[in-house]
Amino acid sequence: MDFTAQLAQIKPKLGCVDDNLALIEERIGQARTAGADLVVFPELAMTGYFLKDLVPEVARRLDSPEIARLVELSRGISIAVGFVEETSDYRFFNSALYLEDGAIKHLHRKVYLPTYGLFDEQRYLARGERFRAFDCKFGRMGILICEDMWHLSSSYILAMDGAATLLCLSSSPGRGVEGETLGSATAWQKLTATTALFLNCRVLYCNRVGYEDGINFWGGSEYIAPSGESVVRAGLLEEDSVNALVEEGALRRERIFSPMLRDENLCVTMQELRRIERERRL
Amino acid sequence: MAGLAANTELLRKILVGFVRDEVHKVGVRKAVLGLSGGIDSALVAFIAAEALGAENVHAICMPYKTSNPESEAHARLVAQACGVDFSLVPITPMVDAYFGMFPDADNMRRGNKMARERMTILFDHSAHYSALVLGTSNKTELLLGYGTLFGDMASALNPIGDLYKTQIWQLSEAMGVPSEVIEKQPSADLWAGQTDEEELGFSYRQVDELLYRMVDLRLTREELIGAGFGPEFIDTIYKKVQNSHFKRRLPVIAKVSNRTIDRDFRYSRDWGK
Repeated sequence: MDFTAQLAQIKPKLGCVDDNLALIEERIGQARTAGADLVVFPELAMTGYFLKDLVPEVARRLDSPEIARLVELSRGISIAVGFVEETSDYRFFNSALYLEDGAIKHLHRKVYLPTYGLFDEQRYLARGERFRAFDCKFGRMGILICEDMWHLSSSYILAMDGAATLLCLSSSPGRGVEGETLGSATAWQKLTATTALFLNCRVLYCNRVGYEDGINFWGGSEYIAPSGESVVRAGLLEEDSVNALVEEGALRRERIFSPMLRDENLCVTMQELRRIERERRL
Repeated sequence: MAGLAANTELLRKILVGFVRDEVHKVGVRKAVLGLSGGIDSALVAFIAAEALGAENVHAICMPYKTSNPESEAHARLVAQACGVDFSLVPITPMVDAYFGMFPDADNMRRGNKMARERMTILFDHSAHYSALVLGTSNKTELLLGYGTLFGDMASALNPIGDLYKTQIWQLSEAMGVPSEVIEKQPSADLWAGQTDEEELGFSYRQVDELLYRMVDLRLTREELIGAGFGPEFIDTIYKKVQNSHFKRRLPVIAKVSNRTIDRDFRYSRDWGK
């Protein structure tokens, strides 16, 4: 079915869960007023990104009042939001929730925690161990958190699992000022467009803005149609929100024109991956 | 080369946003900076004026008696061009009073003392105006260690510390820094006629090409030689970067506890902002 998704390109405050929750609530209200069916927030929208030793302080359990509040708000609009999750065995995950009709529909824990260059996630966070598509009112979806998407297998698995819509929640730092556009923006735009094109699926990419210790987050949230075409894109380096009308017809047409996904041979892929796995063990 | 040719429009947006965001988030509206008459501080004044509004930026020119009079004239020109508030605080009385006790001090000690004298004035005005001190050291001089620790290297925020001198020239032109300031020879201005490039022994353009490949692209020594850089030049610059690294770090703390500041007590500076 057709639906309208709002990409809420916010600027969270580092380590201030209450302030960020208030901001998220405000943007949920605005998205509802703007007629959106789904509002997507960035990675770690509840906490900010360069948390370091703050991780245990800002982490919330799934049964915390803050999460309960968001679940409650999902009675009026579906919500995808990033936060730090604390589990009962005291592990901390960079997680994202999909909330619908007052219930947690899906939880994704970031699998690929970047620990290179300016990133240091694996020092503070535990690794997620699965990619799973899930059903919601708007069809079958999959969630990726930022770096997850830079691993082709992540999107591939979700598409094979039936996801027609990939939600990518991001906190991408801007760098590279040599070209026509920001280096990281160019790289991401290539990635999201190519992923949509290869897998005949839509991508809803939501990136944050603001600065943390001099590092900028560049925004540029966008909706990419299954053709790989960018339909709508939010502003660069500024708080923004854009509505994306996600049309079922566009997905159907694209899958008729370019039936790569239909022809994808999962058996061959699995056979070869198993062989590679076997050979690597030798 | 492509790597050093910056997209000035994008750079301007990022740096103006940086100053605005990082100043406002600590709950103040203003910034203060030292205006030497040179290009680096001129560019920072232009960025700050655009970010905070010219009326919220206080530029202080702090000449010593041996400073080139042209420097003060250029500082005034820059302040006028970008509209920031300008004041003059000569450092001759303080510096001379001090070296009256140490008359044999060499030029290096005198230069460092002047830089630190200026720092104390900027931080005093920071409290006076409720303003953050903006740094004006560029990436080239930070990497080479061509600056005074706790002197001109001290600041609360530095918008241009990731820009090579070559990029400073490009952005200054794009932002309308007066051409007299862009075109003149860079100088620490410790005495009339001094120029950076003469003192360093190479040109900024030469060293920027090398540093960009060495630091940003992480080319190996062999690759740098292959790219046409002389082995002696490569080694000299590598040593300069290595030997000045202490200037780019916080003081070393002897570890005795489980949580030592900056070692295993790690928080972003923007913690709670």
